[in-house]
Amino acid sequence: MSSNNNMTLNLKIWRQKGQEAEGKLVDYRVEHVSPDMSFLEMIDVLNEQLIRKGEDPIAFDHDCREGICGMCSMMINGKAHGGYKNTTTCQVHMRLYKDGDTIVVEPFRASAFPIIKDLTVNRAGLDKVIIAGGYITANTGNAQDANAILIPKPIADEAMDAAACIGCGACVASCPNGSAMLFMGAKVSQLALLPQGQPESAKRTLNMVNVHDSLGFGNCTNHAECEATCPKGISIEHIARMNREYLKAAFTYHEKNRSEGGA
Amino acid sequence: MSLNLDAKVPAGDLKDKWEKHKFEMKLVNPANKRKFTVIVVGTGLAGGSAAATLAELGYNVLSFCIQDTPRRAHSIAAQGGINASKNYPNDGDSIKRLFYDTIKGGDYRAREGNVYRLAQVSTNIIDQMVSQGVPFAREYGGYLDNRSFGGSQVSRTFYARGQTGQQLLLGCYSGMMKMIAKGKIKMFNRREMMDLVTINGKARGIIVRNLITGELERYAADAVLLCTGGYGNVYFLSTNAMTSNASAAWRCYKRGAGFANPCFTQIHPTCIPVHGDYQSKLTLMSESLRNDGRVWVPKKENDTRKPAEIPDEERDYYLERVYPSYGNLAPRDVASRQAKYRYDEGKGVGPTKQAVYLDFRDSIKRDGKETVAGKYGNLFEMYERITGDDPYKTPMMIYPAVHYTMGGLWVDYNLQSTVPGLHVLGEANFSDHGANRLGASALMQGLADGYFVAPNTISNYLASTQLEKVTTEDPAFKDAEQAVILQTSKLLSIKGKRTVDDFHKVLGHIMWEKVGMARTEAGLKEAIDKIRVLREEFWKDVMVPGDTGNFNLELHKAARVADFLELGELMALDALERRESCGGHFREEYQTPDGEAQRDDENFAHAAVWEYTGTNSSPIRHKEELKFENVKLATRSYK
Repeated sequence: MSSNNNMTLNLKIWRQKGQEAEGKLVDYRVEHVSPDMSFLEMIDVLNEQLIRKGEDPIAFDHDCREGICGMCSMMINGKAHGGYKNTTTCQVHMRLYKDGDTIVVEPFRASAFPIIKDLTVNRAGLDKVIIAGGYITANTGNAQDANAILIPKPIADEAMDAAACIGCGACVASCPNGSAMLFMGAKVSQLALLPQGQPESAKRTLNMVNVHDSLGFGNCTNHAECEATCPKGISIEHIARMNREYLKAAFTYHEKNRSEGGA
Repeated sequence: MSLNLDAKVPAGDLKDKWEKHKFEMKLVNPANKRKFTVIVVGTGLAGGSAAATLAELGYNVLSFCIQDTPRRAHSIAAQGGINASKNYPNDGDSIKRLFYDTIKGGDYRAREGNVYRLAQVSTNIIDQMVSQGVPFAREYGGYLDNRSFGGSQVSRTFYARGQTGQQLLLGCYSGMMKMIAKGKIKMFNRREMMDLVTINGKARGIIVRNLITGELERYAADAVLLCTGGYGNVYFLSTNAMTSNASAAWRCYKRGAGFANPCFTQIHPTCIPVHGDYQSKLTLMSESLRNDGRVWVPKKENDTRKPAEIPDEERDYYLERVYPSYGNLAPRDVASRQAKYRYDEGKGVGPTKQAVYLDFRDSIKRDGKETVAGKYGNLFEMYERITGDDPYKTPMMIYPAVHYTMGGLWVDYNLQSTVPGLHVLGEANFSDHGANRLGASALMQGLADGYFVAPNTISNYLASTQLEKVTTEDPAFKDAEQAVILQTSKLLSIKGKRTVDDFHKVLGHIMWEKVGMARTEAGLKEAIDKIRVLREEFWKDVMVPGDTGNFNLELHKAARVADFLELGELMALDALERRESCGGHFREEYQTPDGEAQRDDENFAHAAVWEYTGTNSSPIRHKEELKFENVKLATRSYK
């Protein structure tokens, strides 16, 4: 770990006061950047400078700063989270850049992610996709002993690969169609792999896909930009599994109108 | 004024208390549940599980979170695992043993009844989470896998790679989403609780700030659940998330909720060391790494050789040396303190010397790189991303960092604070971990409180309390809101020269140096004086740009730091008054000849509960005496 604060960087950062306001790239210069700083710490330093000058600091989303909460969300030089393998913006460190570099920083862009301010966007659509069925209906207190459900290790591992999604939306921002299919596929796939997820699988898949489409997320046309940019390395195989689940459900699932009256 | 500190632990045999209590508590009939509204602040494991469960029961739940979605609460960052006394490995675990380990791990400063209940419901948690599709690690036969954690000699920790907190939180989140779909939870994202509203002495609502528009909003309810986490960020640098803060709990304290044991903070032994002034947070490396990693420093002072060049006989595997029976799995407070001693002796490593090695050389040799990668791969990657070093080739460097706060708002057996109707769950309360929390027990407690305890006790509260109808037009709402408006405009009008972070960093430095791993009477008095001065400077010289009418992140931070500047003083005061060493609270004056914590059970076997008495008067220290009927108080030894 070196401590030489020796880099000077030229930043072009998207500034936009609100959803309806017009935005533009603004030039900033940051000096004494240490290679051990995280990208967000570098922006912190810039913000402290702006505050001292009485200017409005740059608004950006961030929270855990350890790559797991999924809150940070920038396009760095045109790539979501900077485009480094398995890395969120908060885990991008300045040792990846050189003295004198120019770095362009923009918000995630997608029609389903309106800008709130500067680099902060509204990703509420992702919650809405989950609300449409991304869960197992297991009320508290009903559960049988955990080891009564045996799950082969490879299946559990694959479900975990899908479950690792942090809901950051990088897949949407990277997709030329602004699709959230990787996000949704990961959840559908996780639950379709597990025995606990079977009873609701068909209904879940149909509902989630319908809501996804209605929110302005685009369709998947196999560009695989999402997989390349996903900070958790989630594979597009999960989109394929979702598509299979969708097809199966489309042919077999019929909601029956039954009254539930009792004696 | 006084606080009612009746813990309301049911009489009877320890193992029957909770069953008996559940039977004796009043119920709300299904048709009446929909007439009640419950506010849940925070959506971590405690808040998320409580909101989902209360909604399933039929209550109307208003849920608030500070992030843009409930799935980002900081429970998500817990890596290692969750304890449960399932005894699947058949290695001698039981409810009693988990209870005993937790009481002992907490250095005999937790309430027996609460801890036993925690151990009892721990097994239900695993069942519940599996039924929701949480992909816990499995063995080849399809059974759940377990590993061991600090402070325990059995393997009772369930895990999902190094992302256990994430998977459990997503389980809670999915339960919430299910109930949002059913219209039983109303979700309010990007909201921060600014005050508690009490009417006729009962918690009846909250004032929140909409962080996007800057507007204040009022919400009324029949009960309020505070699930807002701990206050570790008082130290500026901690493993907490950037928005983790103490304000919600602090405002409740000012509204009459007793604050218990604020000085009980946990400094986690395995974090990535500090490396610069610009640093915004510290990153934890899961305690599970100590299952296979060996902690050491060079025997020689100021040894500048590379770790690989230091032969075994010149290394001090100090945890194995000092604690032969627990070795590298000594509990957190003990392991942290030992790291500090090595630094004090001049044996620290790395550029700042504030680090020790955590070495996987031997486990890679024994089990192969692949096995080690299978267990810790993502943690190793994370370490390399942050430091640029590859832990498969060179030992990790680690050092203690603030991680968790055992202290919090005082609650009784029902998780109710001293304000009727205000229930406090998870890290925000003080209840189960005494003076030190064992690894993998925070997730257990958050979920126990939210899934299995609070839903029962809230029903009892609602069924047995006379609740007048209130609306947000009540003067109490207006008064509380007015106080927030005043504070906000004051912060904006100072227009000083120092930034919010600048003050926060100075506070953090005072806290770390004087109210950190080792504390002294003189140091604590100095800390109190310095914090008072700093607080005055803050209110004269802080610089908060912008206004209230928009997304003003500096304003949000300023209000939180204003509260930290008060809470920090209370922590120092509590540490000063507790004239003993126990768990994470180590007073240098009170130690055994070999440097271990020396408790004073005669005078301090109690929870210290602080009562707020106003801006210009000192808080009053009350006591809840802890009665140990089932555990014999003993000197805690891990040797």
